[in-house]
Amino acid sequence: MRYGFVFNIERCNGCYSCFLACKDEHTGNDHSPICAPTCEGCNLMKLNEIEYGTGSKVKVDYVNTICQQCANPACMAKYPDQVYKRPDGIVIIDPVKAKGNKDMLKACPYGAIFWNEKEQLPVKCTMCAHMLDAGEKVTRCSEVCPNQAILFGDLDDPASEISKYVAEHKDELEQLKTGLGLGPAHYYRRLPKPFICGEVICDKCGEDVKGAKVTAKSECGCVFEAETDFLGDFEVRGLPSNKEFTVTIEAAGFKTRTLTCRTNAAVNLGEIYLEKI
Amino acid sequence: MTLELFQGLYSILYDYVRTWKSTNYISIRSETSVEKVYTNLTTGGPISVYVEDGKITRVRPIQIPEEDYPKAWVVEDRNGKKYSPPKAMRIAQNILAERNRLYSEDRILYPMKRVDWDPNGARNQHNRGKSAFERISWDEAATIIANEINRLAPLGADGKRDGHAITAITGSHHNWGIVGYKMAPFGRFFGMINYTPILDNPDSWEGWMWGAPHMWGFYWRLGQPEQFDLLQDALKNTDMIVFWSNDPDSTHGIYSGQESNIWRVWLKEMGMKCIFIDPFYNYTAAVMDGTWFAPRPGTDTALAAAIAYTWFKDDTYDHDYVERKTIGIDEFRAYIMGDEDGVPKTCEWAAEKTGIPARRIRALAKEWASKKVALAGGVRGGEGSACRTAYGTEEARMLIALAAMQGFGKPGVSIWGTTMGAPADYTWFPGYAEPDSQMGKSPAADRKLATEGTIKQRLYRLTYPEAIIDGHGDFIGDGFCGKSIEQQFNHNTYPIEGKVKLLWRYGGSFMGTMTDTNRYIKLYQYEGENALDTVINQDCWWSGETPYADIILPACTNLERNDLGEWSVGGGYTTHAHIGNNWRIIVREQKCVEPVGESKSDYEIFSLIADKLGQGQLYTEGKTEDDWAEAYWNLSDLSKRCSWEEFNKKGYYIVPVPEDYEEHPAFRWYYEDRDCDTQDYLNPKIKAVHNMNSMEPTEHSKELGTYSGKLEFASEDLKVLSPDDDERPPVPHYIPSWEGHETELYKKYPLQIISPHPRFSFHTHYDKHASWLNEIPVHRVIKDGYAYWPARINPKDAADRNIKNGDLVELYNDRGSVICIADVTYRVPVGVMHSYGCSAKYDPLVPEVGATDRGGCVNILTNKRMLSKNAPGMAPNSCLIEVRKWEG
Repeated sequence: MRYGFVFNIERCNGCYSCFLACKDEHTGNDHSPICAPTCEGCNLMKLNEIEYGTGSKVKVDYVNTICQQCANPACMAKYPDQVYKRPDGIVIIDPVKAKGNKDMLKACPYGAIFWNEKEQLPVKCTMCAHMLDAGEKVTRCSEVCPNQAILFGDLDDPASEISKYVAEHKDELEQLKTGLGLGPAHYYRRLPKPFICGEVICDKCGEDVKGAKVTAKSECGCVFEAETDFLGDFEVRGLPSNKEFTVTIEAAGFKTRTLTCRTNAAVNLGEIYLEKI
Repeated sequence: MTLELFQGLYSILYDYVRTWKSTNYISIRSETSVEKVYTNLTTGGPISVYVEDGKITRVRPIQIPEEDYPKAWVVEDRNGKKYSPPKAMRIAQNILAERNRLYSEDRILYPMKRVDWDPNGARNQHNRGKSAFERISWDEAATIIANEINRLAPLGADGKRDGHAITAITGSHHNWGIVGYKMAPFGRFFGMINYTPILDNPDSWEGWMWGAPHMWGFYWRLGQPEQFDLLQDALKNTDMIVFWSNDPDSTHGIYSGQESNIWRVWLKEMGMKCIFIDPFYNYTAAVMDGTWFAPRPGTDTALAAAIAYTWFKDDTYDHDYVERKTIGIDEFRAYIMGDEDGVPKTCEWAAEKTGIPARRIRALAKEWASKKVALAGGVRGGEGSACRTAYGTEEARMLIALAAMQGFGKPGVSIWGTTMGAPADYTWFPGYAEPDSQMGKSPAADRKLATEGTIKQRLYRLTYPEAIIDGHGDFIGDGFCGKSIEQQFNHNTYPIEGKVKLLWRYGGSFMGTMTDTNRYIKLYQYEGENALDTVINQDCWWSGETPYADIILPACTNLERNDLGEWSVGGGYTTHAHIGNNWRIIVREQKCVEPVGESKSDYEIFSLIADKLGQGQLYTEGKTEDDWAEAYWNLSDLSKRCSWEEFNKKGYYIVPVPEDYEEHPAFRWYYEDRDCDTQDYLNPKIKAVHNMNSMEPTEHSKELGTYSGKLEFASEDLKVLSPDDDERPPVPHYIPSWEGHETELYKKYPLQIISPHPRFSFHTHYDKHASWLNEIPVHRVIKDGYAYWPARINPKDAADRNIKNGDLVELYNDRGSVICIADVTYRVPVGVMHSYGCSAKYDPLVPEVGATDRGGCVNILTNKRMLSKNAPGMAPNSCLIEVRKWEG
């Protein structure tokens, strides 16, 4: 058994319902021995608003960087007497044994442990383990998500909704900082990635060029394609970071044009004029 | 956070490795005390309230077992995919902080009196907002107030009062329910006092109220269109949605919580093309990944005119519809094509006004004409900032003109805000604004006290500070003009019976919601001959205006008293608003905990004062709050399906969609030349019978509510009622803003600021009182321990002023100064700033009129000028400012 979340970033609109439901569940409420009452600053359900793009081509996404319920938690490795893992995969900071240990915040590479100033305790997401133990089927955050962007369930049960979802969308799911070998439980659908965009315009008439073919080729040989829409706009999405790209724009009746750029974050190539043949 | 920073923190790699290590397991929590769960209802949805040892421990969306839900409705998209709503209630996010708000440090705990206000001596008005308060007993408070009422409005021999010297006004929606909410105990009490009402302005949809009825009627919906069954229509038939000044993910169809979010998820995932026209890259645009057009604030009308120009030029409008269903197209064409004024409204012309390249306006117009488009704007909760700019009437009317040119009412072509139009049962149930559920008007009352007023003078929310100070103030229109088109031209006079001397302020604060709001402080501290003798503030929390009172009365929330209500339904002019919800639910609002401190329900407060006035029996008729609740339940036919006893015990009733439900999409009847067949029961052209549960057609049932019965590109009523009005002429015109980029003031204050409705709070509620919201870094940003209100500014404008993200900045103009925290973002274009309206926190650095506010009430900066000379609505989004780093 292993509980986990899938965060569907494509659906999340950053309403912070999850954040507030988590606050409501934990602030001032004693769920010992799972979690002591929390206070201001304990943002167990941490949501990051990520804005990228420039000019009029901007995107906003939200990524929850909460406790990843790691298979090999770094916090537990460092403080084995203060952190334990349950058979359902949920990692718990013991609210008695961890008292006073502010250093534990540094042990988490996800920055998911917070300091409970009032109780002098390190705290983090418990996946509402106290509720699950009482027979509830959902966590507070997944219960309130209006866009159904937070899926919760047992990743080890192939019949569970979450497992079916993970199987179905395997190619679109990612996990955070997997290189560390900690084995995070949660999945993210469509994490924000660099994109290249621009507007293709005819140099003669000054109107937008619809249906132009845009090919973006990276230094490592990956090829991404897009087409300009009714505004002459194109977007090449989901690109790797910090790569050199060659962007080729072809349209019938125009000279092909090639530009280069680097995907530091999001690249807005702006107005691109094609020469009419 | 930027993407670079995020990726630096969380290096993202494709990897599915999971290792396993099982360890010890420590047990579950033991149950130590008894937990009780109560039902209640809020402005943002129904809740279950968990209480242990008399304290609320948590608030969840109402918990209803799956098997208790009736059969869900089904809608189908053009690919045959079927959708049904989840068996859950999606409440507004701020409601999840209800516990936090109820136990806020801001709660008013006891009745209080300002220490240097003596009803029998010096009143020291100039010290309002400055001097301290002392605790008094309820008996003292009620006695003082009763004495003031008896002094100003003595009881006549006929048992009636002349209460002209007493005025009172509510804020909107700090609580919910039909027994305890504003129009119930408040309306009944002040009806008994026979007071001077202050009329509300239609603050969220001004341009639609004062513009739209002249084009399509719907004055009975205050200018906004019907929305029935448009969800199904859009899924099946619409190719593209143009969100015009509309951010439904933030404004929630007003009271529908986040019920309609999932509809937009469906639309996105089926591949619906979405366009967003808004100077701010709003939150719905962000999640829908829409194409963004950012016109300069106040130039939406020019953009729309250029779209119409393109359609005329290309001949791509619906001739058949225009000929059959509209009048005045020739006059409209004459304006658009320049025959009227010599200025063709070309895309190049509009480009200069809006800042959007002409080629992009042209491309949008052509795309629009080639597709079936739902225009998402101008409907409940989605009226947007553009209709609250100078000449906002023209924006509303020009959008309707576009929808009419493409034949709205035909499948897939509509004005649909994406927040309403689910299938539903339509059995009538009274909302709080419905006469039948107003304690002072309802058949449940023996004496309909709210209908017995004889005072003729009126004040207006937007002008009462000057009217009271100057001793006179006339205005046109009755605020909410829902009775007729002509009502917009009613002339109201102040004073008629005499000047007001007592102001009773109930709930909320206008500092963050009205215009040029230092005026409201000026009134409180004014000490001349027309000074207010007495100011009473009745609220649950210390709000922006509370410290300016002489007597403060602590009210309790609707979690601390009994009531009932229907989710989302205010009644009155927006009938059947439950179609914004996936499930129609009526909730018994159960008292969950004892009122905090000495706070009392509004009904108890007014009853207590009525007792002191010797009119207790008249006011209450011996009825308890539960007696009223039961009577209201029994007024509706729903009581035949679910008895009061059953409802009272269970705490809610979900009204199933009838098995034989038939769709009647909005405007389809009009498009198809049929009698109106939608449930628009206030439509005077149909005859609603049997408590509005069924309708009979009349000979006019095929018509709109205009003079001609057709859609009027050139308004017939304006030609008669307001013939020489060049600011709202018969045909909608683009008129340069009186405070915009084409004015002289722009040289001094070159930034246009818009302040739309907020995302994480509701009017002035939840903000300030629910501190958890301060930890949402998009709502407020905490710096050096203080939670500042964000102001969004383009990177170029910020760099020009040496402002960095997270700097404290002072927004200022000749009207005032507000400290905010800078959010440097491309989500606003160069020259535009965005900072939400409705900050609940008014925190002047010194307690004097015009002081710099660090609470974030950006409305202090806005112009009090009305939309136009005959359109008395506010236009806070026509506002020029400058900004500088606050060095404090």
